[in-house]
Amino acid sequence: MTFQAKIMDTTQKIKSFLVKFIRDADVGDDEDLFATGLVTSLFAMHLVLFLEKEFQVKVDNKDLDFDNFRTVNAIVALIEKKQGGG
Amino acid sequence: MEWTPEQSIAQEAFKQFVDETVAPFADAWDRDERLPESVIRALADRGYLGATIPVEWGGGGMDSITFGLLCEEIGRGSASLLSLLTVHGMVCQALTLWGSSEQQQYWLPRLARGETIGAFALTEPNIGSDAKNVEARITRLENGAYRLDGEKKWISCGQIADLFLVFAQFENKPVAFLVEGDRAGLTRQPLSGLLGFRAAMLALLTFDGCELPEANMVGRPGFGFSHVAGAALDHGRFCVGCGCVGLTRGCLEACLEYTSQRKQFGVHLREHPLIQRMITDMITHIEAARLLCLHAGRMKDERDPRSIMATSTAKYFASTMAARCAADAVQIHGANGCGPDYPVQRYFRDAKIMEIIEGSNQIQQTIIAKYGHLDHIKDQRSRDKKSRQV
Repeated sequence: MTFQAKIMDTTQKIKSFLVKFIRDADVGDDEDLFATGLVTSLFAMHLVLFLEKEFQVKVDNKDLDFDNFRTVNAIVALIEKKQGGG
Repeated sequence: MEWTPEQSIAQEAFKQFVDETVAPFADAWDRDERLPESVIRALADRGYLGATIPVEWGGGGMDSITFGLLCEEIGRGSASLLSLLTVHGMVCQALTLWGSSEQQQYWLPRLARGETIGAFALTEPNIGSDAKNVEARITRLENGAYRLDGEKKWISCGQIADLFLVFAQFENKPVAFLVEGDRAGLTRQPLSGLLGFRAAMLALLTFDGCELPEANMVGRPGFGFSHVAGAALDHGRFCVGCGCVGLTRGCLEACLEYTSQRKQFGVHLREHPLIQRMITDMITHIEAARLLCLHAGRMKDERDPRSIMATSTAKYFASTMAARCAADAVQIHGANGCGPDYPVQRYFRDAKIMEIIEGSNQIQQTIIAKYGHLDHIKDQRSRDKKSRQV
């Protein structure tokens, strides 16, 4: 899989997960997720477990920065960084 | 459900520990409103206090199913002792997932050995379920340290804990801090005369200008409730759910014994159909609650995101059925069930607390229903997408 294809695959998986929590199913890649009002503690815990299981990474206290979770693209970048790609 | 050979061996050891070291003394601890140091030491010596801490930090690295069996057995013996195991484990869990490497290296081995007893300090005199809006305040001092002011109430093991995980507001963001038990500015007031969990040594904690270094912050500001408290509460709910299965087993065992000895209308109570109905409900509810707990445990071991809802569901069902079955156990015992000669009055009082702690059952109902709707909307979208494709 090319780097670009991998990014697209990661993006799609994250968006598929987010669909469950977002009323507007067509959230943009750079849309502020916090502005959607979906970021509850329930969502936050689900997201961490989803990222860890789906992408085989460990999200830890150094990753606790709102900018890492603000948009789909930001989450993709975090995963890439955790997987050693960024 | 079948256990692995290792889980079966562990379960036998837990049963023996509770039969010999916990159950015979639980009523006395309840009356004394205190757990003796010896039983806390016994928990530590067997590695139970560090059961879920990863091996790399000196813990047992126990899988969730086995840990659930431990909670079930401890819950059968003493809800107050389960409370210690729960809140200590909540601190361990929060540090394992969100502690800094320095916090993990320093505190987790001590917590695992039981040299340090942890406690979870979220609830306040004015704040219970509305936990995001705690009133305790953290402010930054000119010297770079932080100052904590506020009160935390009904803190299990608050009288004896060496380390508190405290939640407060910092610049309108929830934040978690570790507070050592001997920190200047922290005072404790024992709480007594409670309905249940009487031996859990609850306390009112007052933080008055309690100065803390930045190194004591767990996670980051803004993530204190969603991530740090969330991880701890998820662990706590699992402990409570499994403990409720044990508590109800205690009720069932007491009722099977009592109804086999006591006679009314010339026959043993066990021959009366209305007694049989209550016993049947206990047996059925125990089986159902245990399956929900083990289902949640299996998902936890797989780090499945659905484990969070599975845990809430298990805690909700198990605590509801424990309260109902404990009430039936008192009913079966009649006047004897209301006095100190039988343990069912303790189970009854403790079961009520189980419906309140680690997220009241009304909070669980809110979460579970909300999640049900999310699932429904997702299914609807999936159906709509398929129909458009056709």
